[in-house]
Amino acid sequence: MLTVEMLAKELDLNIMMLPDGGREIEGGYAGDLLSWVMGRAQPGDAWVTIMSNMNVSAVAQLTDVACVIFAEGVVPDREAVNKAELHGINLLGSDLGVFELCHKISSMLEEYRDEN
Amino acid sequence: MSETLHYHFDVDGASFANAGRASVETKKLLRQLGVAPNIIRSISVAMYEGEINMVIHAHGGDADVYITEDTIIIILKDEGPGIRNVEEAMKEGFSTAPENIRALGFGAGMGLPNMKRYSDEMHIDTKVGVGTTIELWYHLNKQQ
Ligand SMILES: Nc1ncnc2c1ncn2[C@@H]1O[C@H](COP(=O)(O)OP(=O)(O)OP(=O)(O)O)[C@@H](O)[C@H]1O
Ligand SMILES: [Mg+2]
Repeated sequence: MLTVEMLAKELDLNIMMLPDGGREIEGGYAGDLLSWVMGRAQPGDAWVTIMSNMNVSAVAQLTDVACVIFAEGVVPDREAVNKAELHGINLLGSDLGVFELCHKISSMLEEYRDEN
Repeated sequence: MSETLHYHFDVDGASFANAGRASVETKKLLRQLGVAPNIIRSISVAMYEGEINMVIHAHGGDADVYITEDTIIIILKDEGPGIRNVEEAMKEGFSTAPENIRALGFGAGMGLPNMKRYSDEMHIDTKVGVGTTIELWYHLNKQQ
C-alpha cells in the first residue's frame, strides 16, 4: 500500500498540510479545469494541478481525492490552505513539471502494486 | 424513516469564499445518514456544479435537499438571467463564462453535462430574465 506520506518522502515533496498522511493512494489524475476534475477524478487519487485558488480545496473535499499536489512550484493561496485545513485535506507541492511528476507517481504506484 | 428530511442552504453569489459550502455540508449530512458512498459521490459532483453555476452565472440562489426513504432530491433555484438555449448549454464545452472566471479553473463547459451524468434524473426549468430551477433526483433502492 502506498500512502500519501510515503509518496511525499520518496518524491521529496514539499508538505503544506498533511492531516491524513496514512491515506492510501490508489490512482492519479492531472488537470486544472475544475469541472473535468469533478467529473473524472476518483476517490483515492493523487490530484496533480497548477490551479492554486481556494476552489481547489472544495473540489478535493468533494471528490475525496487522497491528496492535492501542486506542480511546477505553484504555491496555493492562503484561502486554499485555510480551507484544506478545515476539511482535513492533504496538500503537497513539487518543483517538477506536471508530466515528470505524474510519471514518478505512476511508477511508484506500479512498484507498490507489484509488491502485492 | 418515513418522514421527509429537508435542509436549506443560501448560496451566496457575491464571492467565491463560500462557494461549495452547500455541497460540502450536504456531503457531511449524507455520510451521517449512512447513504451509500457512490450515491454521495454523485450528489457531491452534481450539486457542486449546480451551486457553482448559481454563483458564476446567476448571482447566487437557494439550494434545498429533500431526503425520503427511497429518494433524494436536490433543488437549485436562482433568479438569474436564465438559460437561452438549454440544448446548447448541455453540450460539453459550451460556456459563456468570462475570462476572470476561467482563470479560476471554471468555464470548461462541463458542469451541466456532469450534473446529467451524476444524477438519475435531471429536470431544468428556465426562463430568460426570470431564473433557473434545476432538480436532481436520486433513487436509493435501485439495483446498483
Ligand atoms: N444557473 C444558471 N443561470 C444562467 N445560466 C446558466 C446557469 N447554469 C448554466 N448556465 C449557462 O450554461 C452554460 C453551460 O454551463 P456549464 O455548467 O455546463 O458550463 P460552465 O459553468 O460555463 O463551465 P464549467 O461548469 O465547466 O466550469 C454556462 O456557461 C451558462 O451560459
Ligand atoms: Mg458550470
